[in-house]
Amino acid sequence: MIFDEIQILKRLGRQFIPDVTKPQVPGPFKGRPEISSLKVDEQALASICPTGAIGTAPVSIDMGKCVMCGECSFAYPDKIHFTTDYKIATNIRDRLIVKEGDTNSIDLDDSKIRKEIRSLFGRSLKLRQISAAGSNADEAELNASGNPNFDMGRFGIEFLSSPRHCDGIVITGPISKNMAEAVQVCYDAVPDPKILILVGTDAISGGIFSGSPALDRSFLDKYSIDLYVPGNPPHPLTFVNGVLGLIRTKRK
Amino acid sequence: METTHYASIKNQETISLSKIPVLTYNKFFTEVTSLMKQSEIHCVNYYCFAKADELKFICCLADDFAKDIKIFSHEVIKKDVIKLSSLTHEVYAFHIFEREIAENFGVEFIDNPWHKPLRYAFNRADQSKIINTYPFYKIESDELHEVGVGPIHAGVIEPGHFRFLCNGETVLHLEIQLGWQHRGIEDLFLRKTSLLQRTILCESIAGDTAVGHSAAFVGLMESMGNLRNNPRLEIERTIALELERIAMHIGDLGNMNVGLAYQLAASVFGTLRTPVINFTQTWCGNRFGKGINRVGGTHYPLTKELIEKLVALLDKFEKSFKPMSKRLFSLSTALMRIENIGKVTTTQMNLIGAVGMAARMAGIARDIRLSHPTSAYKNQEIESDTLESGDVWARAYLRKLEIENSIEYIRVLIAELKTTTEQSPKPILAGNTLAPDSLCVSLIEGWRGEICHCSITNLQGEVIHYKIKDPSIHNWMALALSLRDLEISDFPINNKSYSLSYCGHDL
Repeated sequence: MIFDEIQILKRLGRQFIPDVTKPQVPGPFKGRPEISSLKVDEQALASICPTGAIGTAPVSIDMGKCVMCGECSFAYPDKIHFTTDYKIATNIRDRLIVKEGDTNSIDLDDSKIRKEIRSLFGRSLKLRQISAAGSNADEAELNASGNPNFDMGRFGIEFLSSPRHCDGIVITGPISKNMAEAVQVCYDAVPDPKILILVGTDAISGGIFSGSPALDRSFLDKYSIDLYVPGNPPHPLTFVNGVLGLIRTKRK
Repeated sequence: METTHYASIKNQETISLSKIPVLTYNKFFTEVTSLMKQSEIHCVNYYCFAKADELKFICCLADDFAKDIKIFSHEVIKKDVIKLSSLTHEVYAFHIFEREIAENFGVEFIDNPWHKPLRYAFNRADQSKIINTYPFYKIESDELHEVGVGPIHAGVIEPGHFRFLCNGETVLHLEIQLGWQHRGIEDLFLRKTSLLQRTILCESIAGDTAVGHSAAFVGLMESMGNLRNNPRLEIERTIALELERIAMHIGDLGNMNVGLAYQLAASVFGTLRTPVINFTQTWCGNRFGKGINRVGGTHYPLTKELIEKLVALLDKFEKSFKPMSKRLFSLSTALMRIENIGKVTTTQMNLIGAVGMAARMAGIARDIRLSHPTSAYKNQEIESDTLESGDVWARAYLRKLEIENSIEYIRVLIAELKTTTEQSPKPILAGNTLAPDSLCVSLIEGWRGEICHCSITNLQGEVIHYKIKDPSIHNWMALALSLRDLEISDFPINNKSYSLSYCGHDL
């Protein structure tokens, strides 16, 4: 009966997050880390990391390599603390490296964003996603970015099927040898001007798969990356806020 | 007493390699094929690894009646051309294992009816075979046409190639070619040797089954390291597994409703997934449960506050889930899109060795949680349903039943948790000494079905071989069979109804 459906709709209620720049994510979520100036055995600390994301002198964490396991913060809780700050996407690779004493949020360098990006894509950005050996967690979170909760469609951001209709490419996964050609073909099929976004630690650095002989990451050497979205997988809020930061001028 | 030709172990039991009899291939062949004729026995893994001078083959048959795993073995001297008569010729379920062995080691299986590459692994024996030249099955006819889809698909999903042979709108044959996702995980397992690295690798085999695969791994490492199991930890891990099942099943029900264009159910089920994975995030910081399973313990004990949240979540979940699923499964316009569509038979599923949901939706009561229970399943039996019809409806309705069963089961486990006083221990990062020269098999019923990890150690207790099997490796063939004589437009709903893993297959 239609009345059943009305009841169901009523219970469903309003699902969307009114302002995607504002919500808090719960406690153990690992976003931007903060590293204190406490003296520790830096080599021992760095050796914990499964992906070699921790640098020494000064101690740093490369969010492009970090798989957010948090093991370093369990071993050295007074040295390393992961905040719940999920706005960690940026267009500058170096900004993903958080150093001892850094407490500023990670953001984009506006001066490095190509002029046409904001003028052309600010109100409508259509993206083609390529899973290049992605584990389906990154893909699931990208799908969630368009779901009734996060609803990035309200900003004109949408994933489409045909690369011919798109303004850019979003890559997940460490890029396997077997997908290398398909990635290139798909990228070439997107008309200029186009943007390139890497989503997830696996895409940015190879993550835990780094060094595998089954990968071919040479595609990434050829083009400049417009946005890095770190995470394992990145939270939908990291992706949505990151893309908004890229295509829209911040309202002061 | 007659001589035994195999070693019998329980799930997650470690056995010395010297206790596994090595048979001649002829003996191995007759023993394995004769046992496989019994319906309660299926093959959970058959693989080989290279020793100094020979290839050693390990075959694990799970016996649901005797509740043990029978380990068979045979060895072949390494040489340029190795030919063995094909088990697949007798028992079709071996096709996937023989294809893998043939690809990786260049073994030729005589009379194998489907001698094709499996995933184009980087270390395959024949490097001249490349993924773009896969030999698809063809029928020469002016009246037929082929439809090729992929590797990149329309949606935000993993890559794979589907080749349809069609007569007009009707699919005669679908061939699924995978391998695009191959990351060399089994090889990385031997390169990245710390416990943490290996745990993270297991959480990334299939990101949607992070809990399932890591549960198989930690169970295996704890068995080989002879670590004592803490009852509270076992219950917490089991809750994580069942939560993963609920989250993925509800998400898939949502996706299936996108496929059949029932917007209300797509929205309701889609949004119901959110509070479940958000609870997992509140528990361990990650919406996919990464971080919960660690060898020896956990950093994230299920605290009293978390349990209260979980109880409230399940109650609230049910209040929305029940009316929506009741509506969906009584709505004629929805049912006409799923009933009798994409049907497979019990015989077919037995032949291909289907596991998990793909078995249970077609009349095969195959569930590791009941037949080879580990952790909390040993003490508390979970309800597991089996349906007969083998169509899209069965795959949808089984998800509904499994969600309900999991909710009930988590409630039972929560009551059980209150009786334990011991806290879950902290994980260990190093110093887990493994039994030397041994083998261990770890089976976990993930949300898709049976996950199997096998590890082999050398005399120093180092892992020298690690074999991973995702349930999808069996079940992709079920999707191909479902499409026979179906309209090609029914492919998306069928694909969503199986919801198989590409990266779990490709490793």
